[in-house]
Amino acid sequence: MRLTDISIGNLRRRKARLLFSVLGLTIGIATIVILYSITTAMKQAIATELDEYGANIVVVPRSEGLALSYGGITVAGVSYDVKQLDMNAVTAIRRIKDRQNISAVAPKLLGTVKAGGRQVLMVGVDFTAELRMKKWWEITGRRPKSPSELLLGHGAAEEFHKMPGDTLVVNGQEFQVAGVLKEMGSQEDGLIFGDLGVAQKMLGQPGKLNLIEVSALCLSCPVDEIVRQIGAALPDVKVTALRQAVKGRLDTVERLDSFSYAVSVVVLLIGVLMMGITMLSSVNERTREIGIFRAIGFRKSHVMVIILFEALVISLLGGLAGYAIGTLGARAAAPFVAKTAVSIGWNPIVGGVALALAVVAGMLASFYPAWRASRLDPAEALRFI
Amino acid sequence: MSLIELRNVAKEYRAGAGGTRTMALSGASLDVAEGEFIALMGPSGSGKSTLLSILGGLNPPTSGEVTIDTIPVYQLSQERLADFRREYIGFVFQQFQLIPYLTALENVMLPLAITRKKQDEQRELAEAVLTRVGLAGKHDRLPNQLSGGEQERVAIARAIVNDPPVLLADEPTGALDTRTSEEIMDLFRFLNQDGLTIVMVTHNRENARYAGKTVEIRDGSITSSSG
Repeated sequence: MRLTDISIGNLRRRKARLLFSVLGLTIGIATIVILYSITTAMKQAIATELDEYGANIVVVPRSEGLALSYGGITVAGVSYDVKQLDMNAVTAIRRIKDRQNISAVAPKLLGTVKAGGRQVLMVGVDFTAELRMKKWWEITGRRPKSPSELLLGHGAAEEFHKMPGDTLVVNGQEFQVAGVLKEMGSQEDGLIFGDLGVAQKMLGQPGKLNLIEVSALCLSCPVDEIVRQIGAALPDVKVTALRQAVKGRLDTVERLDSFSYAVSVVVLLIGVLMMGITMLSSVNERTREIGIFRAIGFRKSHVMVIILFEALVISLLGGLAGYAIGTLGARAAAPFVAKTAVSIGWNPIVGGVALALAVVAGMLASFYPAWRASRLDPAEALRFI
Repeated sequence: MSLIELRNVAKEYRAGAGGTRTMALSGASLDVAEGEFIALMGPSGSGKSTLLSILGGLNPPTSGEVTIDTIPVYQLSQERLADFRREYIGFVFQQFQLIPYLTALENVMLPLAITRKKQDEQRELAEAVLTRVGLAGKHDRLPNQLSGGEQERVAIARAIVNDPPVLLADEPTGALDTRTSEEIMDLFRFLNQDGLTIVMVTHNRENARYAGKTVEIRDGSITSSSG
């Protein structure tokens, strides 16, 4: 027989009381887990959506040359460039430490070409990466599939009177127009997008680039850190982070976050109070029993161990149940609350924290009842007085 | 030299702060030699249960001295006093006072839970004591599955499992019928013959006959001693 056997024996005797004590903590912990899981999932959803805002890091050569402008970003002048970027830079970016946070790397080569008797700016792109990054692009026709196909900006298509399916001669080379971009009111409207390899050959700069757009998920990772890592991998380039408008939405979620914490604290406090009251009434009910323990030689500390061990068992049960119910509850509630498709899984870290929190709360709730119990006068408890 | 010495022990209770004072004991002195079996007799409210609790290190007297095995009991700190109770005193309470959610065997093992004895050793010891009090074969029953006499035997086993020199019993047969009472008193006599010093509170003359000595207590004072 150990002191803990006494605790277990008592808990098993009063199952209804046990359930009640556990329930208080369960509700508290479940609330915390639900709120935490949902806000975290919402943050993740926003991070994923950051993709749709396009590139948030731009890599250009470090150069003093004459500048061309594209998308509000200053691009080094093609002809005066000293150190041009090349395809190795793309590989280097894909190898940085936080590479798992990079969702797309889109290399580009820009240059002027002749088409339909006019000068026009052609952009050589990796269509797969480009279209993944620029989700807002709407294409009439279809995406280019082969190097001999082009994508025209709305303005360029009007200028040349071309429709998807038509052919366009660029620098004497014949291309098929696969698709035309819808009008965006931006500089893309006047551009011709072609395959990167073809553009490099046509512009006489094989393997060269003058711009790499990178899109990184910037919630789980600080963008500044990714910028630093790219800068370290490519010493001769200029890496710039763009601040995007998602910040507003993040602020909302963060405000919800603080609100969740406040609610969690209140609910947990109620749970602690409930458990405290139950423990106290349990101690009062067991006055005689505790008197016997003391009379047969149990020290005050022995009595405290018995009561606190009961509290520990209740806390662990409450923590486990709270974690389970919280996670399931968050899964059920997330679609309605978050209004985005979020996935909530069984996170062992959340489980661990929930258990630890439950134990701290349970001990907090039970310390006073245990102390009261240990101070019971055995003579009084056994009605000798 | 007596095993237990009570010198001018008085106990005064106060009902609430500033309430009326009640003298439960007024200057009681008593010597109990090792191996004695004493019956404390007196009408209810005479102070005999108070005297027993003072003897057992449970209830500090208002004045006077209590010495057991030369230890000045009430000069011990509270935690040392608990240790003292564990080592020296076996208590048989009124109404058995078994822990309802523990089996007979577990109830007997209860005082061993705070010793360094291993589980197996605890179990063996408790089983041996249960056999000694005549309750072999009902180890796994809960108190409410035992008869009054059987519960009493468990209570006695629990009191002696630590092998204390002194057994204190408060109305041990109060809840039992005559025949069971006699069986329990036979057990007490048997334990006493084995060397256990027993002080028993009773108001039953029949029970008192088993004791070697009867001490009468009335209105908080010891009035006579015989045997």
